[in-house]
Amino acid sequence: MNEFLTVMVGLILALLALGLVRVLRGPGDADRMMAAQLIGTCGIAALLIIGVIGDISAAIDVALVLALLATFAAAAFAECARRAQQPDTPPETEGP
Amino acid sequence: MSAVLDLVTIVAVSAGVFFFLAGTVGLLRFPDTLTRLHALTKADNLGLGLVALGLLPQAGSLQNGLKLVCVWLLVLLAGATVSQLVAQAARREGSSS
Amino acid sequence: MTIVPALDLFVAGVVLIVAVWTVVARDSSSAVVGFVAYGLLLALVWVRLGAPDVALTEAAIGSGLTGALLIGAAARLRAGESSTSAEHLGGVGRTLVAALATIVAAAIAVALLSLPDPAPSLAPEAAANAGATGLGNPITNVLMAFRAMDTMLEKFVLVIALVGVWSLAPDGAWGGRPRSYHRADPEGALVFLARVLPPLGVVLGIYVLWVSADHPGGAFQGATILAAMWLVVLMAGLGDVPEVGRQQLRLMLVAGPVVFLIVGLGGLLLGGAFLSYPQDWAKPVILAIEFAMILTVAATLALLVAGPPERSAEP
Repeated sequence: MNEFLTVMVGLILALLALGLVRVLRGPGDADRMMAAQLIGTCGIAALLIIGVIGDISAAIDVALVLALLATFAAAAFAECARRAQQPDTPPETEGP
Repeated sequence: MSAVLDLVTIVAVSAGVFFFLAGTVGLLRFPDTLTRLHALTKADNLGLGLVALGLLPQAGSLQNGLKLVCVWLLVLLAGATVSQLVAQAARREGSSS
Repeated sequence: MTIVPALDLFVAGVVLIVAVWTVVARDSSSAVVGFVAYGLLLALVWVRLGAPDVALTEAAIGSGLTGALLIGAAARLRAGESSTSAEHLGGVGRTLVAALATIVAAAIAVALLSLPDPAPSLAPEAAANAGATGLGNPITNVLMAFRAMDTMLEKFVLVIALVGVWSLAPDGAWGGRPRSYHRADPEGALVFLARVLPPLGVVLGIYVLWVSADHPGGAFQGATILAAMWLVVLMAGLGDVPEVGRQQLRLMLVAGPVVFLIVGLGGLLLGGAFLSYPQDWAKPVILAIEFAMILTVAATLALLVAGPPERSAEP
């Protein structure tokens, strides 16, 4: 069983490397964000399988943290992309 | 019994990797941002979901199994919201350039 | 089984390619995406090297929080890119920087290769004395007991770094709030995320701290997750950054170092050495320090990302 899972990790890592091509090529920020998300999901899948093969339950914790913070980074990226598009929001929008 | 469980693992993980393959090929080959997004969501939701499902029989303990399910639910939530945000960014990019 | 070493080599190659590409990328936003992917791959590498504690830190700090910090920096740079383009380094400057970086890397490589084999290590002694604190995770033992002084000073450095960032504030904004985030669409995806994600993240952050007694985890990693959750709420506009002059905030920022210091002085009075823990109470005392620390570190990291105050304090 472990041999099969190792081969699957190899395939997922190869797909992860292919996904990097989209990060390199772009063309837009949206494409890069998508590629980063695919890389993240592939990395999470690889971590889960490695954790099960080696019986490292901490690998699943790492995958959980990665899933949570990759979402956070993607949200931050989208937020900044929007701010770059609409930079003219006045800083004093707060009420008293 | 364990042979059946191993079979479940092989079938589900293979199917999951197939969806990852489909997502990656789509991300590389599809012509524009929104269709690429369509390909990506398959890898996120189904690919990782099937991989997690396939690993459940091998997880060893109930705690690990629950954590696998949590990872998948978290990625589902992330995929759903982030693809919305990406689509908004893509629309703005398209309209401004 | 030759497939496992082949895979390890493959991952190492991909990490190198991503690292080089991140350095040479012209566009700052694509360099940031490269950096986030790089952190993710490094987390994978650390798990393969048998260091899940480091992998957790890398996943939390390297790709998550630092990624968000750099994204903010890239967005600000882009706004002023036309004005700063004249200040770009010329050919000579670039060559000098590259030469300096190469010399530093070569020096590190030489130092590493000249280590005696086997390298000097305190790991066996640390493992042999692990029972003294009642904690099962050797990393936590080293961080919280054997080298507790380093961990304590690290917290002081974090607070000082925050003071450094705050000191960039213009005079009028001193004690005020950092830059506000644009109000998000209240029906939008970001607001939904900011309502659903933080409860999960808070549980995960405290879990990562709690398991660090016996399994890989830690206060710093947990605090990073909490900080990220606070920042999601701020980004969605569901809350505002507090005024940096507020009393409660200041108390929270010093809570961790102060508790650490009190425990250290208590050890000096009762046990005869600074930071010596009472024999039977070591674990509860360490947990108390870690819970005080998680609050401080989470608040400090989030405020570091939020930046210096830019809006004046409300009257």
